Amino acid sequence: MTSAEILELQAQNVSVTFGGGEPALRSVDVTIRPGEITAIVGPNGSGKSTLLRAMGRLLRPTDGAVLLDGVDILKRPTRELARDLGILPQSPIAPEGLTVVDLVSRGRDPHRRWFDQWAASDEDIVNLALEKTGMLELAHARVDDLSGGQRQRAWIAMALAQETRVLLLDEPTTYLDVAHQLDVLELIQRMNTVDRATIVMVLHDLSMAARYSDRIIALSDGEIVADGTPQEVITPAVLATVFDLGATVILDPLTRRPHVLPGRRLGAHW
Amino acid sequence: MTLHAGGTGVLRSAPARGLLLLGLLAALVVCIAVGFAVGSRDLSLSAVWAVLAGGGDPEARAILLDQRIPRTLIAVVGGAALAVAGVVIQGHTRNPLADPGLLGVTAGASLFVVIAIAFFGITAPAGFLWFAFAGAALAATIVTVLGRVAGGRRDSSPATLVLAGTAISAVLAAISGIILLLSSSTLDVYRFWTVGSLSGNHDLSQLAPAFVFIGIGLVIAIGHGSTLDALSLGDDTARSLGRNLGRSRIVGLTAVTLLSGGAVALCGSIGFVGLIAPHLVRLLVGPGHRWLLPFSTLVGGMLVLAADTIGRIIILPAEMPVGVVLAMVGAPAFLAILVQTRRARA
Amino acid sequence: MTATGEIRPLQRSVRIGRVSAIWRPRAVAVAASAVLLTLAISILALGIGDFIMTPDRVVATLLGQGNASEQLIVLTVRLPRILTGIAAGIALAVAGAIMQTTARNALASPDLLGVTAGASAGAVAVITLGGTASASGFLREVGVPTAAMLGALLATVLVLVITGRTGLSGIQPLLVGIGVSAFFTGAVSWFLISAPIKDAARANVWLTGSLNQRSWPEFWPIALSILVAAVVLVPLAHRLDSFQLGNDIARSTGVPVARTAIVLIGISVLLTAVSAAAVGPLGFVALMAPHVIRMASGTTRASLFGAAAVGAFVVVASDLVARTVLAPIQLPAGAVIAIIGGPFLVWLLISQRRKTSL
Repeated sequence: MTSAEILELQAQNVSVTFGGGEPALRSVDVTIRPGEITAIVGPNGSGKSTLLRAMGRLLRPTDGAVLLDGVDILKRPTRELARDLGILPQSPIAPEGLTVVDLVSRGRDPHRRWFDQWAASDEDIVNLALEKTGMLELAHARVDDLSGGQRQRAWIAMALAQETRVLLLDEPTTYLDVAHQLDVLELIQRMNTVDRATIVMVLHDLSMAARYSDRIIALSDGEIVADGTPQEVITPAVLATVFDLGATVILDPLTRRPHVLPGRRLGAHW
Repeated sequence: MTLHAGGTGVLRSAPARGLLLLGLLAALVVCIAVGFAVGSRDLSLSAVWAVLAGGGDPEARAILLDQRIPRTLIAVVGGAALAVAGVVIQGHTRNPLADPGLLGVTAGASLFVVIAIAFFGITAPAGFLWFAFAGAALAATIVTVLGRVAGGRRDSSPATLVLAGTAISAVLAAISGIILLLSSSTLDVYRFWTVGSLSGNHDLSQLAPAFVFIGIGLVIAIGHGSTLDALSLGDDTARSLGRNLGRSRIVGLTAVTLLSGGAVALCGSIGFVGLIAPHLVRLLVGPGHRWLLPFSTLVGGMLVLAADTIGRIIILPAEMPVGVVLAMVGAPAFLAILVQTRRARA
Repeated sequence: MTATGEIRPLQRSVRIGRVSAIWRPRAVAVAASAVLLTLAISILALGIGDFIMTPDRVVATLLGQGNASEQLIVLTVRLPRILTGIAAGIALAVAGAIMQTTARNALASPDLLGVTAGASAGAVAVITLGGTASASGFLREVGVPTAAMLGALLATVLVLVITGRTGLSGIQPLLVGIGVSAFFTGAVSWFLISAPIKDAARANVWLTGSLNQRSWPEFWPIALSILVAAVVLVPLAHRLDSFQLGNDIARSTGVPVARTAIVLIGISVLLTAVSAAAVGPLGFVALMAPHVIRMASGTTRASLFGAAAVGAFVVVASDLVARTVLAPIQLPAGAVIAIIGGPFLVWLLISQRRKTSL
């Protein structure tokens, strides 16, 4: 890394408050390092999704700003921004009867003109996205007929087709069984190593986060309480502070990454 | 879609709600007293009291006993019935925009009333009673059956019911519309019935059947409260809580038919109350049906009574019918409340 | 590559130079059929009335080869009426299709915004307050439609202003729409009971939506609004596909959701208001036509062009039935549309449930 950090996605003192309640995010300041996979973890209600959505311009921060390449993302025309930054929210909905191809081709929208709904490049790029996600055979299947894992891969194919250099994913593995979780995370990892995409993802599973990311940011109650490599963040001390969890952390012999063995809940909660 | 229109309501504790219930009851009594006293000929409260006690001058007696007391009773009972019907239908369809008329009840009643006027020459509201009720029951039955058929093996899902209700209402309204177009003498009678004009003399004994239907409907509805709470969590959760969905649906829809059929038979096809009263009550006490149902009877009754009373004095010496007042005064008031609560929460 | 080694394109498309579109054969066939059916029923309708003409005479007259009386009947009397019906059908169907896709709700229609109630209040006000003067002449040709437009505008502005204060979350906007509609509907009832029965009866006729006595003065405003809508919608229509995936995905793929929704809903309101001002409320068309075209074409949303064709067909066909079924009495088209619309909606329900295994 050179002394001058290459600027890409940055949250500058971002605060978000909904309605008249407590702030969901308190002055969060974080610079995402380009070309890395960053995982955001934290207990329910800590502001993980809020931070991701603010970074993905789905939310307007009450205070502060999100910058891409030094420019406030809300000031950029949204179509132009969509070529650089994409976000896949939790549980996206697909209308009844939509085919996989139609879904994936929506990812090409930021690159198309309105009069050119199946541009020359679309066939190739959509094809490639389907291939990378292993969905080529299912290209003409209906999204609602797919299994959970296949559906998630279809959405990721759409994100791939969008060809953004920054991709944000909100809990991409929730509701998936272990095998499919691995599929999706391996896919995301390939997007990072092969396509050089900068990935930021919210994950619930700490061991998966440790295994697949370069950097982990832990949020609690709207603030960053830990930020570093998986080895630095996934430690019993941090887990106790952030999650009120007494846990043992071992080194996974296969991946050489921290793996969490949950122990007991600390403190009285329920 | 959850039913909250304002979280758990302004009043959260049981004692506070109990107090409010008593307060509303007292307010209702005041409204009734005002309803007795006010009108094209104002009566002093002592004159009212005299008549109620058995004496009073003949003119006051005529006004009170033949007109005001019956119409007050009709307004309160009708309003209560519509509000409770609204709560039940909103609970069953899990749709806060549902209105008791959704089941085709209002359209069915209206059609049969139109038929009564056009083909049987009936012009007095009391004469419409059985027609209105028959039409309501028939329409509700068709919609419910359709809902089950269209829903397939599963019990009529809320969405199907809504669509079926909209469809049948439209067809029935169209048929009424055609008859009204062909016979302007029918329109001449119908246009007053449909806005719920409660003026004139009422023979309560003739209207007794409607009160009976509403009474039965209220009893069913109040007992139905816990089922409605379970239903609001979704069909699957309701089943896992031990509810028989098919039976619950029938019970609920029967209650709605009895209540709104009875209300339409009494007051004409006034709308709005069934939709809005539950919302107002939810703003106060939240979505739990244990409170929602009793509060709705009071609020619904007061709404219609207030509308009727206002209608009597707003354009003296003429009268503005209940339905028109509810729409032109009630709707803006409701919108104002929406804006207010939003501001308060923000 | 498929298992047998041949390359199958992912998406069939049509390309001319830099312009391309996805080729959906079934959708195209259905839309073409709808257009042909509309043409056919229009020619039929042009020939039916007090003086019956066979279709070949109708076509000949349209092409300029009819005799004087044929020309009078077809070109002067019937054509403007049919064209008005087609225009109203197109306008309402497109308005409905836009609302259903933008609101992601099968029951959405511009009526929810109070447009139709406002238009009705305006029209009925003029008809009842104007008395017999409003039965013909200036008041009927200009006064009533203008009042209807003003009423529609007033209602829409009210909904916008109040929604601005209540916020757009959840069902608030719908409740506001319902409240505003209720108010204007109450006003309509008030006018209806305050007027002498003759005027009330005429107002009631207007309220049912009809093509009776509609001619060029009613046609041009609708045609103009369709033109405006077309110009605005051609570049925007593809965004409707994104709306279907939810606001988040739409935004993520670069659609300015709020701005687009405002424009789309604005067009929908315009089309509905102008149509209501000209022919009265024909609400069912806006609800029905999009569902018909969507189910027939097997697409995920109603195509605007296809819906327009279906809408036009429904209005012309309903008017034809309305004119002839109880001849010599001319029923209003709106009544027939609702009578067939209702059972149609029911059939829609049943067929949909059978398809998707629930």
